[in-house]
Amino acid sequence: MKIPVYLDNNATTPMDPRVLEAMLPYFTEKFGNAASRNHAFGWAAEEGVDYAREQVAQLIGANEKEIIFTSGATEADNLGIKGVFEMYQDKGNHIITAVTEHKAVLDTCKHLEKQGAKVTYLPVKEDGLIDLKELEAAMTPQTILVCIMYGNNEIGVIQPVKEISAIAHKHGALFMTDATQTVGKIPVNVDADGIDLMAFTGHKMYGPKGVGALYVRRKNPRVKVTAQMDGGGHERGMRSGTLNVAGIVGFGKAAEICRLEMDAEAKRLAALRNKLQSSLLELEESYVNGNTEHRLPHVANISFKYVEGEGLMMAMKDLAVSSGSACTSASLEPSYVLKSLGLSDDLAHSSIRFGLGRFTTEEEVDYAIQVTKKAVNHLRDLSPLWEMFKEGIDLDKVEWVEH
Amino acid sequence: MAYSDKVIDHYTNPRNVGTLDKSKNNVGTGLVGAPECGDVMRLQIEVDSNNVITDAKFKTFGCGSAIASSSLATEWLKGKSIDDAIAIDNMDIVEELALPPVKIHCSVLAEDAIKAAINDYRVKNGLAPIESEKNHH
Repeated sequence: MKIPVYLDNNATTPMDPRVLEAMLPYFTEKFGNAASRNHAFGWAAEEGVDYAREQVAQLIGANEKEIIFTSGATEADNLGIKGVFEMYQDKGNHIITAVTEHKAVLDTCKHLEKQGAKVTYLPVKEDGLIDLKELEAAMTPQTILVCIMYGNNEIGVIQPVKEISAIAHKHGALFMTDATQTVGKIPVNVDADGIDLMAFTGHKMYGPKGVGALYVRRKNPRVKVTAQMDGGGHERGMRSGTLNVAGIVGFGKAAEICRLEMDAEAKRLAALRNKLQSSLLELEESYVNGNTEHRLPHVANISFKYVEGEGLMMAMKDLAVSSGSACTSASLEPSYVLKSLGLSDDLAHSSIRFGLGRFTTEEEVDYAIQVTKKAVNHLRDLSPLWEMFKEGIDLDKVEWVEH
Repeated sequence: MAYSDKVIDHYTNPRNVGTLDKSKNNVGTGLVGAPECGDVMRLQIEVDSNNVITDAKFKTFGCGSAIASSSLATEWLKGKSIDDAIAIDNMDIVEELALPPVKIHCSVLAEDAIKAAINDYRVKNGLAPIESEKNHH
């Protein structure tokens, strides 16, 4: 077992060795530009890209013509949202999204608000799911896009995408989803799920960083996006720029492996995650954040009351995880996702996100349980809040001397 | 975030963790910070008849730098007179622990905790609390 143990697969994943092997020829042997139509170097590169495009499309039940390669999910989110806004501005200017979206979506929406877009940021319930009645009520004749993420990166909750899509389509709007954490982990099918646009990336599914895709529907309805990258008209005019051939080949291989191994993997990871979760919940005053029924199989976000997240991570230095604590973000604000669930500040500061992955072993999970319990207990011995709680003091009634 | 060795040392082997009897007249208790900010420090001092701090204990809810700042504070307080203790400045803590700019507020809170404990002791013994000239936000 290698130390430190990596349990932060929501942040990124190690590349599968099979993916690396597939990519290698494209660096020094088949190094051609996929757009070089006139010689064998270009044709070899193009062949690699075409095959990868097929693999990616197959993973999500799409046609390969509907895959636009980008530099990642952030760019795909930008292209989808800005591209739809610009293309359909004669139809309307209203976009609906949710407060728990990734910054790639939220910041893009904020940017568009300065250009005349009206954006509704739907709140979420305590379990992290959006309220479908609130979505219905927010729809207007000017709504052109509903953008709600498939699976949340911090707490793992899976939104009711089929129902959201139905509401969007009923009112004549397109449905886009940021599925970065979901594609390759659970079955996603753009037809069954009613998806018109979808962003996802290679490095969350054991592929390379620096390559992702935007799925853009071609039939029922035919969707178009205004390119955000101009210069040559690559990717059907929707995203110019020489293709990252090796990256795309890796992305394709990663997608193929996921398609074939996803079901077994999800079962294995859910069992490990449940073991981790139930063992940690044996600690007093520990809470799981987010809906546990509609949740990605490999994620557990747990708050340990009366200890602070960054301090906790320091005690768990041989375990790589992430925290919703403010200290670990650049600002002093705790995670906005956890705050949207209605979590009090002290619980938001006290959370740890565990993200299991393909290479996580049971031995590593057992180690994580042991390390986490030891760390929580150590910090509770140091915590005045824990002592006060044990004495029966109601911390909500204390007058804190802030500064 | 790279922590200095001293921060890691105080964090792994904190000095003077614990609780003094706050009902005693010669014990001063300072409780500063707030759960919403992610930092709460409780610092206690026991003072003898010569105004010398004979014992100091702390408990902290906060990050590694906050824990180290308060642990260091208790180390410095033991054996000091009240007058010397009140002169402890947060920048002394910053220097000793090599705190980066984003963690300076932890040292400020530790300084506040020292002053709060001293003032609590003073008020309990019929003295006026000492007003701090420093303005924190």
